Amino acid sequence: MIEQQPMKRSRTRSPSLDEARLRQQAIGVRLRQMFDEVVNEPVPDEFLQILRRAEVDRPGED
Amino acid sequence: MGSGSSRVENDPIRDEAFRGELVALIPHLRAFARTLCGDATAADDLAQDAMLKAWDARGSYEMGTNMKAWTFMILRNQFYSEKRRSWRQTQLDQEAAERTLVAVDDPEAPVALDELRQGLAMLPTEQREALVLVGAGGFAYEEAAAICDCAVGTVKSRVSRARRALHGILESGSYHRDGSAAGEAMNAILADAERLSQPR
Repeated sequence: MIEQQPMKRSRTRSPSLDEARLRQQAIGVRLRQMFDEVVNEPVPDEFLQILRRAEVDRPGED
Repeated sequence: MGSGSSRVENDPIRDEAFRGELVALIPHLRAFARTLCGDATAADDLAQDAMLKAWDARGSYEMGTNMKAWTFMILRNQFYSEKRRSWRQTQLDQEAAERTLVAVDDPEAPVALDELRQGLAMLPTEQREALVLVGAGGFAYEEAAAICDCAVGTVKSRVSRARRALHGILESGSYHRDGSAAGEAMNAILADAERLSQPR
C-alpha cells in the first residue's frame, strides 16, 4: 500500500537521504540496462549492406 | 568530393582498420539513436546516416583517438540538423516516441523498463542525451561535453536535472499511462535493481 507520507519525513535525517541515493542508483542501473538491451540486439543486415555499398562507391581517392 | 585532396591519402589498410572499428560501434550508435528518436525505425535511419557520414569523413579521423565519441558527435549533429530542417519534427518526435512506447507491449518485458522509457521520453532532449551519454553510454563528463559541444559544467547540471526530473516522474507516476498507482514505477525499478544486483 502506498500511504501519504507527511512532509516531516524528509527532515528526519539520513535514512531518506540514503533512500534517495538508492533510488537514483536503481534508476541508473535500469538506464544502463535499457541502453545495453539495444546494444545487444543483433545489428540489422542493412547496416553492413549500406556500408559495403559505400566502400565500393566511395572507396576514397585513388 | 573526389577532387579535393585535403584528405589523408587513400590507405586500404587504414580503411580496413577504420571499418572494423566503425562496425563494432554500430550497436552503440543504434542505442544512442534510439534514445534520441524514440521511434526505432527513425533511429536506425539516423544511425545509418551517421555511419555513412563517419565513413565518408574517415580521412579526418585520427586513428587511436576516441572513435566512439567521434561517431556519437556525428550522429548527434545529424539528429539536430534533421530536426532543424523539419519544423514539425518536434511534434513528430513526440508522437513517434509515444507510439513506440505504447507499442512496447511485450508481456515479458519488465514493467519498470517500460516506465523508465516513458519517463525518459518526457525529458527535454538536451537533458536526455546528457543523462544517456553519462549514465548509460559510459562517457566521462568531459567526453559528453565534447560530444554535445558544450561546457563540462553544463553537462553536469543537465545530468543532475535529468536525474531529478526522472526520479520525480517515476515517483509521481505522471508518465502517460493510466491505471497504475503513483510510485508504482519507482517501486518496480527498485525491486528490479535489487534482483539484478543479486549474485547469480
